[in-house]
Amino acid sequence: MRIELEKRPDISKLYAFVSPLLALVLTLIFGAIMFAMLGKDPVEALNAFFVEPLLEVWSLHELAIKAAPLILIAVGLAVCYRSNNWNIGAEGQFTIGAITGSYLPIVFYDWHSPLVLPLMLILGALGGALFAAIPALLKAHFNTNEILTSLMLVYIAQLFLDWLIRGAWRDPKGFNFPVSRDFAPEAVLPAIWEESGRAHWAFIFAIVAAIGVWFMLRYTLKGFEIVVLGQSERAGRFAGFSSKKMIWFSFLFSGALAGLAGIAEVSGSIGHLQPAISPGYGFTAIIVAFLGRLNPLGIIASGLVLALTYLGGEAAQLSLGVSDKVTRVFQGLLLFFVLSCDTLIYYKIRIVWSRLRGEAA
Amino acid sequence: MSIFEAILLTVITASTPLVIAALGELVTERSGVLNLGVEGMMIMGAVAAFAGAQMSGSPYVGIVCGIAAGALFSLLFAFLTLTLVANQVATGLALTLLGLGASGMLGEAYVSVPGIRLGEIVIPGLSDIPVIGHVLFRQDLVFYLSIALVVGVSWFLFRSRAGLKLRAIGDSHGSAHALGIQVIRTRYLAVMFGGACAGLAGAQLSLVYTPQWAENMSAGRGWITLALVVFASWRPWRVFAGGYLFGAVTILQLHAQAFGLGIPSQFLSMLPYAATIVVLIIISHNRRTTLINTPASLGKAFVPER
Repeated sequence: MRIELEKRPDISKLYAFVSPLLALVLTLIFGAIMFAMLGKDPVEALNAFFVEPLLEVWSLHELAIKAAPLILIAVGLAVCYRSNNWNIGAEGQFTIGAITGSYLPIVFYDWHSPLVLPLMLILGALGGALFAAIPALLKAHFNTNEILTSLMLVYIAQLFLDWLIRGAWRDPKGFNFPVSRDFAPEAVLPAIWEESGRAHWAFIFAIVAAIGVWFMLRYTLKGFEIVVLGQSERAGRFAGFSSKKMIWFSFLFSGALAGLAGIAEVSGSIGHLQPAISPGYGFTAIIVAFLGRLNPLGIIASGLVLALTYLGGEAAQLSLGVSDKVTRVFQGLLLFFVLSCDTLIYYKIRIVWSRLRGEAA
Repeated sequence: MSIFEAILLTVITASTPLVIAALGELVTERSGVLNLGVEGMMIMGAVAAFAGAQMSGSPYVGIVCGIAAGALFSLLFAFLTLTLVANQVATGLALTLLGLGASGMLGEAYVSVPGIRLGEIVIPGLSDIPVIGHVLFRQDLVFYLSIALVVGVSWFLFRSRAGLKLRAIGDSHGSAHALGIQVIRTRYLAVMFGGACAGLAGAQLSLVYTPQWAENMSAGRGWITLALVVFASWRPWRVFAGGYLFGAVTILQLHAQAFGLGIPSQFLSMLPYAATIVVLIIISHNRRTTLINTPASLGKAFVPER
């Protein structure tokens, strides 16, 4: 048996839409098999994982909380990946954004003003952008592989946060726990609809960012530039676009969104700095970006799906007693299936059963 | 044993997994395939080796399990990128994410279970040489394998016919295919060799380096490995030298923490990652030499014309 690919004359519009859905279905099937092997009833497990979290209003709020950073980061990454810049270090930019944004409520905790929150958000975005500027600078001027540098910086950012929280920024009244002091009320991102749940403004930022970037990619010259340079640097050069400037633009832009996600998460959901501020949002956002086909509107949908895997993982841990690591496995599987199903968009797949190459055909 | 010997021994232990995984990736990349999943294959090797050793009671069975797990896991990558021509960068990332998740799940039962350490093999005669004998000839099996791999891979790539074909594929898959060389089959084997090496490196982590299982215990070594291959400009002996350079940075950083130089430990822990970035800058900034050394087909998909 052999699998042969035949290039389609045009990319398939049908499969561009169907392939992410197919990937989801395949992930569910494999998930069911996995649960069965763990000795759980697959139907009950999938129900607890993917359906029950959607049935209550408070848990829909939790879904929005988890989807917000994923969508924000993934929208930025989509700009990067479309322009062929491989920013893998969003997790680090998220962390640094959380740190720079927390500067005001932790160091100047006596300063009370309605300006605090907007300034925090700006500082967070700036911090993320500056941290992303490092791999951008290295790629643009030293030709350094941005995948490796942006990833190494994730480890550095996490160690830096750890140092801050155990040292200068530790809460003096925190009984020696590695946490910062709690943010004052005016430094906390407000809830959208307080009566029914915790979801805060980060979700609105995410939706606005997604729609904004969708508009940019579809209707502006910048969007055209991103796509052209991503497909062929040479073609871009003929059009007068600079791939060097695009490195800077895409990294600063995605870094700023990741930084914003970082400070929004710390300010809206956690309320102080601590060593663990992200369950891998920066890495999961890579999956969100691909599942959403690098399209910002698709990313809103895929961000909600991946947020559900986090929520379902927590629920399954409580109700089924399976490890919360199941979440990561689901996320990894999903990315695998997304990538393999994407082949259908560009190729017709033929399974050849005979050993001889089709003479008859 | 003097402090000098002790430090040398720890440097060797820290360098061995880097050298092994980087050699595997080197062969993979020489065939034109960029597999960013080293971290995932390594951690799968680590958990499989630990589990194998626990179940059988023998660390050698553990090593075999680690190698097999790495090779099998890399097959997923090979199928996606070679058969289905999926994007190699994204697929490699998927392999790492899946590996970190799956190893965490499989290894949950082994957290804080005391590990089985791979014993040393004393080479009679040679091990009596002062200093060198103690450091080099009273080592575990994986260290000897790492040396054999450097020699073997170097010989294979530059002295054997199959190695010549593999390099030809990496430099121009189109021409190689036209000459009748089996591009896809060779790449499958190269990817699996890379996976087996990453698995062996992972086995070293959970059976020698710290004989225990902890989630994410590969701690970015797989990524450092990828940088190492670039650093070595795709040459086995330079991988060996580079691996020991990075191993030394890791260990000196630990010793510096122990001596308490007044530098916060977190900053010392950043050193291996910062060193990776610095090394990448130095190596990459001369565009022309990197272009000459990089396999020309690296990362590009190949679909045979039919």
